[in-house]
Amino acid sequence: MPESFRRPTPVIGAIHDTMTIARRNIIDLRRVPQLFVFTMIQPVIFVILFRYVFGGALAKIPGIPYVDYLMPGIFVQTVTFGAITTGISMATDVKSGILERFRSLPMASSGVLAGRTVADLGRTVLVVALISLVGFAVGFRIHASWLAYIFAMLVVLLFAYSLLWVFTTVGLVLGNPESAQAASFPVVAPLVFASSAFVPVATMPSWLQGFAKYQPVSVTASAVRALVLGLPARSWVTQSILWSVGIFLVMAPLAVWRYRKSV
Amino acid sequence: MAGVRCCPGTGRIWWGTVSDAAILVEGLVKTYGDIEALKGIDFEVPHKTIFGLLGPNGAGKTTAIRILSTILHPDEGRAEVMGYDVVGDPVAVRFQIGLAGQNAAVDQNLTGRENLTMIGRLAQLPRRVIAPRVDELLENFGLTKAANRPLRTYSGGMTRRLDVAAALVPRPPVLFLDEPTTGLDIQSRTELWQLIRNLVSEGSTVLLTTQYLEEADQLADRIAVVSSGKIVANDTASALKSRLGTTTIEIEMADEDAGARAAEVVSRLVADNMHHEGKTVRLISDKGPLVLVEVLSALESEGLVPDDLSVREPTLDEVFLRLTGDHCTTGEEDDPGGVPCD
Repeated sequence: MPESFRRPTPVIGAIHDTMTIARRNIIDLRRVPQLFVFTMIQPVIFVILFRYVFGGALAKIPGIPYVDYLMPGIFVQTVTFGAITTGISMATDVKSGILERFRSLPMASSGVLAGRTVADLGRTVLVVALISLVGFAVGFRIHASWLAYIFAMLVVLLFAYSLLWVFTTVGLVLGNPESAQAASFPVVAPLVFASSAFVPVATMPSWLQGFAKYQPVSVTASAVRALVLGLPARSWVTQSILWSVGIFLVMAPLAVWRYRKSV
Repeated sequence: MAGVRCCPGTGRIWWGTVSDAAILVEGLVKTYGDIEALKGIDFEVPHKTIFGLLGPNGAGKTTAIRILSTILHPDEGRAEVMGYDVVGDPVAVRFQIGLAGQNAAVDQNLTGRENLTMIGRLAQLPRRVIAPRVDELLENFGLTKAANRPLRTYSGGMTRRLDVAAALVPRPPVLFLDEPTTGLDIQSRTELWQLIRNLVSEGSTVLLTTQYLEEADQLADRIAVVSSGKIVANDTASALKSRLGTTTIEIEMADEDAGARAAEVVSRLVADNMHHEGKTVRLISDKGPLVLVEVLSALESEGLVPDDLSVREPTLDEVFLRLTGDHCTTGEEDDPGGVPCD
């Protein structure tokens, strides 16, 4: 007979399994630092490129230095591109077959996916902290209170967490790291660039503005910008949180359903 | 027998057929799109025995294991593990099983100890039980020295041993080993065989899949031969061997003419186990040495001397030929399963 036949309660069991899987994924990140380092370098390059290469030409925004317009966009851009990594890791797990083993164990189905997203949220916190430091180094200044800044970062992290579930699903469905990467970029790029992240939406052609103004990357970038610049932020923040919660509520059950369904 | 069974930990009462076997499979059917992976298989595995599913790639062995380990739902039929229905109460089944083999991976970046500890946690073992159990398994599987190294530094044999060890962490009464030695060198294979034998002596029930006749023969108390989603033979290893023969004798003559004459001579001695093709005569027997002497002396008395002669174990191909009369298949889409052509 088994050493111990302990059937945990659903919630305690799911938390226990989530933490176990998250710990495994964090160890993976530490042992394969390449992936981690590259997800760190890419946003730093974006900060420098936009600040110093395009910044001069783009500095047409009245009232504030371009770097203060740019940095909120960089935060959202960074977590959006960073979420692709989650899809790649998930697809790698599908391909390696380790999910087969997890599915044969008496653990919560949500644990594998929640553990993945919790570990990647931890990675995202580090990336956001690093980008803050780089931003301050190139002249980014907070115009409102530090509290507003921290709140802005929480809005970014909430948005990031909802995206992690999107890419978890992508990774599960595609089941192949190369396809997960290839499929994600064309979806993510228009969201990031046809947005208010780097330039005001008002400078875009009118047919694009409708999309660019209300899509989640724009809304979240605008929310962060309003918070750190000390502008009226309530509407943008509400819209961003609604997007994040909505994406999470759709994608998390979808991901769990896809995971439970045979691979 | 019909009965009532209370499922430990669930508080549920179960009405229905309860088998005394550790594993019970009845009429399992599974189709992937157009491909019928399982076309209705039945077998039972008594407690504390090793049951071998022998067959080539695509025969349906892995599909059967995946259904039994609750990873996949069958389209038709039912299966029970330790009395629990794999569809009706998958969680109870998961508390009874360990899965290892070609598809159950381990994490290459984690150390051996970290992998086993993770499995212990996910198997819901209490923390105080996990550490000593992990140490014990690392010791038994000869991995103590490598315990704190990431798996990507392990050899193929070491990874496979750790994979089997991972399945054993919660001391499951039933163990599924899906082609556990595929791709291993002879020494690693022999070591793993010994480990598997030890498991059964400690009271486990093992369901093993393999492509190697020798492996099934070495380990299994009973062997089911699977071909294209069906079981074509289910017998003890010794009964199967005497039916199938254990030795293949291949005689090659100088030309086709001599081949035909040799075939005629041999067919007088062993009628049904002989195949003749061109200048080659092939026969399978469970009394190899004796038949060899008889055949050679008969050939000599006819003045026939073989150009070449080989004595070997029958290949899986030949076993299938005997069992199914099936020619080998190319594994193309319109001809899945079957015996792969070399």
